[in-house]
Amino acid sequence: MKIRLKRTEAAFLLAGLCLGGCITATPFDYQNFRQRRPRSILVLPPVNQSTDTRGTYGYLSTVTQPLAEMGYYVFPVSLVDQFLKDNGLPGPAEMHQAPLRKLAEIFGADAVLYITLIEYGTKYYVLNSAVTCHAKAKLVDTKTGMLLWEGETRAEKVSGGGGGLIDALVQATVSQVVSSSLDVAHMISVDANTMLFTGSGLPTYNAHANGTGGPPLLYGPYHPEAQTTN
Amino acid sequence: MRKFAFVVFLPALLSSCAPRQTLYFWGHYEEVLYRSYAKPGEGGPEKQIEKLEQDYQVARSQQKPMPPGWHANLGYLYYQTGKLDEARQEFKTEKAAFPESTVFMDRLLAKFQKS
Repeated sequence: MKIRLKRTEAAFLLAGLCLGGCITATPFDYQNFRQRRPRSILVLPPVNQSTDTRGTYGYLSTVTQPLAEMGYYVFPVSLVDQFLKDNGLPGPAEMHQAPLRKLAEIFGADAVLYITLIEYGTKYYVLNSAVTCHAKAKLVDTKTGMLLWEGETRAEKVSGGGGGLIDALVQATVSQVVSSSLDVAHMISVDANTMLFTGSGLPTYNAHANGTGGPPLLYGPYHPEAQTTN
Repeated sequence: MRKFAFVVFLPALLSSCAPRQTLYFWGHYEEVLYRSYAKPGEGGPEKQIEKLEQDYQVARSQQKPMPPGWHANLGYLYYQTGKLDEARQEFKTEKAAFPESTVFMDRLLAKFQKS
């Protein structure tokens, strides 16, 4: 038997979860998630609160891989963006306001991922510079509007000090970026994203940055461990 | 500029050496997405198609499936270059590989019928 929540109960739960998000020690409650078990995720272009205008697409282009590798169907991010633009939603802010029912109808998505970039880009200080990617995300069920999961990630790479090959490479890239248009935070956002969904640190061979993320998203239907661990 | 590209992509190369089992063959997919936004003047859809088609050959030789959205994205690039038959085929392939895409792919296919 399926447990159906009334709208008020759902709202209450949602509010509870939002409040709960402030207390980091509280483990995330996956009850809504387990009840809905989304197969497909529509990733909307992130709303960018940072001052670096490249954030939205620098981040959006790194979301598909970690989500898909966790076993979800991820709608083609670039095509979705273009489709929404062609249909009168000029930017991320308008897209994030689109009614869930409409998104479900157009795309047939089980859930929508809303990402907000809090910080993105490079800051230069007297002795060093820091590349930061700080984002929060919410996964919302399209049929019920329930919050299924929410997470936050912050990855940062400070140049100066440290050591190792990757450090040297990132530093070289950071110093190069001053004279070029390339977006180093894009590299860091790959790490930020992976931490966001897996909730863990990165294997050293893959990490450009230090940071935190999570709570972990549960595996989706295409992941071989979906049935055993969720 | 060439030296710079090397510095940027070396970490990616290093990480791809490590044994890491992925569900899909990623190739240049996300890099192509990123570059289409970051450097819109640098190539256009034809260049992106070329990269993705090369990746597809490699993936086939390794018998690895393409990621979700990959075929749909390629279909859209074909559409942009006026190759409507190829575009339709890619949307159908996406649908067959991932039934979750059915609603969206049918919507795009229906749009093509009208035009």
